[in-house]
Amino acid sequence: MARTDIGKLSLILLFAPFALWIALLIILPQLGIGYISLREKVGPGEYTFGFANYIAFLSEPIYWNTLLRTAWMSILVTAMALAVGFPVAYYIAKIAHRRSRAALFLMCLIPLWVSDLVRAFGWIVILRETGLVSSFLQKIGLVSGPVELLYNDATVVMGLVYTVVLFMIVPLVSTLDGMDNSLIEAGYNLGGSRFTVFRRIVVPYAMPGIVAGCIIVFMLTAGSYLTPILLGGKNSMWFTEQIYEQFVTRYNWESGATFGVLLLVFTSFVVWLGLRLTGQSLASTVAKD
Amino acid sequence: MNVAAPQSPFLQWLYRGYMLAFLLYLAAPLFAAGMFAFNDSMFPALPWNGFTLDWFFSSTEPKIGMFHDRRLLRGLQNSLYIGVIVSALAVAAGTCNAFLFERKQFPAKNFFYILMIVPLVIPGVILGISILVFASMIANGLEEAFGIEWDFLRPGLFLVILGQFSFLTTITSLVIAARLRKFDISLEEAALNLGATRLRVLMTVTLPYLMPALFSAFVVAFLVSFENFNTTLMLVGSDAPLTITMYDRMVKVGSTPVLNAVSFFLMVGSGALALLSVVVQRGKE
Repeated sequence: MARTDIGKLSLILLFAPFALWIALLIILPQLGIGYISLREKVGPGEYTFGFANYIAFLSEPIYWNTLLRTAWMSILVTAMALAVGFPVAYYIAKIAHRRSRAALFLMCLIPLWVSDLVRAFGWIVILRETGLVSSFLQKIGLVSGPVELLYNDATVVMGLVYTVVLFMIVPLVSTLDGMDNSLIEAGYNLGGSRFTVFRRIVVPYAMPGIVAGCIIVFMLTAGSYLTPILLGGKNSMWFTEQIYEQFVTRYNWESGATFGVLLLVFTSFVVWLGLRLTGQSLASTVAKD
Repeated sequence: MNVAAPQSPFLQWLYRGYMLAFLLYLAAPLFAAGMFAFNDSMFPALPWNGFTLDWFFSSTEPKIGMFHDRRLLRGLQNSLYIGVIVSALAVAAGTCNAFLFERKQFPAKNFFYILMIVPLVIPGVILGISILVFASMIANGLEEAFGIEWDFLRPGLFLVILGQFSFLTTITSLVIAARLRKFDISLEEAALNLGATRLRVLMTVTLPYLMPALFSAFVVAFLVSFENFNTTLMLVGSDAPLTITMYDRMVKVGSTPVLNAVSFFLMVGSGALALLSVVVQRGKE
């Protein structure tokens, strides 16, 4: 039948760009770094294959310490973004009046559209030795000389939370928005305290949003480059910085690719674990908005 | 009465105070980055020496304003060029993907849908290095086997466009698919019954309906492309876009108020575009 032929043809025509995109720009390049990471240079143009690069990674404490440090700081940032962002999302979705809700949401979103670089630069202007906070503290006489607030871990965490918190708020608002207030009312009528209602009704209802937010925030943090470097300085020990250094500064693609594979495997594992523990799927969380 | 809100006035005020503090936290670095663009000083720091527009328009040393700084302008031009091309490509591919996943049935559809989302959860730096490695492997292979030199596979504008396209397409696909899902298919059937060809139905019924989504997908892709740093950093050649130029300047020369001027310009530009996309989206619904 002509009708089904047209259907088949249009399916092929629509599938072709998708297949090209995913195969050429995602799958094959990932296989490419996997391949390079297993390769070891023994002479000019001569290579052997094996796990030498991975063994080199494990035998050099500074490398795996950097990965562990990145991992644990990313988890810390994710938890803090959730703690800071949840009340804000709850306010926007449940407490603000209808008219101010849209304006409030928009205000929260504007910084999202400003480049990471500009935001990090803003923090530098505020926090460095000659910055706003330092001048203010000197003016009111709290400190006698300039204070340097950059280049420490607390600042890096604060700056990272700043860059990612909006990605936590957006999915939270969209799930909390769908919650009917009568659920909360029913909880109170059944004698639940404020805390019980929050723990047994609000949090389970918001779970898809919490998981989605945490996944996005964790991935963004673990893969971030600018904020740790600019706010943490040379000693920030961030894993993406190691990758960049191996690739661009040392031109050691084999070990850079190894680090890339490790970061990807590690972040995928954390995301998989998060989805598994909460019983969510990737399609239902990340693709929702 | 809103049962979701805290009941005691004290807690209500505390909550409002928290919201205010949060908004201040959001605004503080943007304000600081923008403010010093107008300070008549050689450094982006206090004291405040008076208002000036020199960091935008001055053409004399030592204060070269951003609109007279050749390298910054060149970066801006590259960013616009990359942004327009990559957004157009991503919207085109995103439209195909939206029709593919909303209208067609095929085996292993869920698996392919997951594949479509995956680029969003791969860190940008890794997308960058993997495309760099893959393109170099092809380029080296061609050179060794046939002696052909395809320079566009070396770091440069072409690879930056490919790198940004690889994850922007996921974003545009999701935006366009969300609108296509709401489309009432009986409108298309009515047009077909009235004798319109499939192409004509697509051009006069379906695509006009999708227009707001296409527009906002384009704007979102453009903004994300303009601000992208991680993927671009790995693929950039001699034609650097604005974010890379600005970063270079920050690290090598140190910060001067001209960077604040660029920041202010970027904030106003992207804020206006984002607002425009929200307005268009709302006007059509």
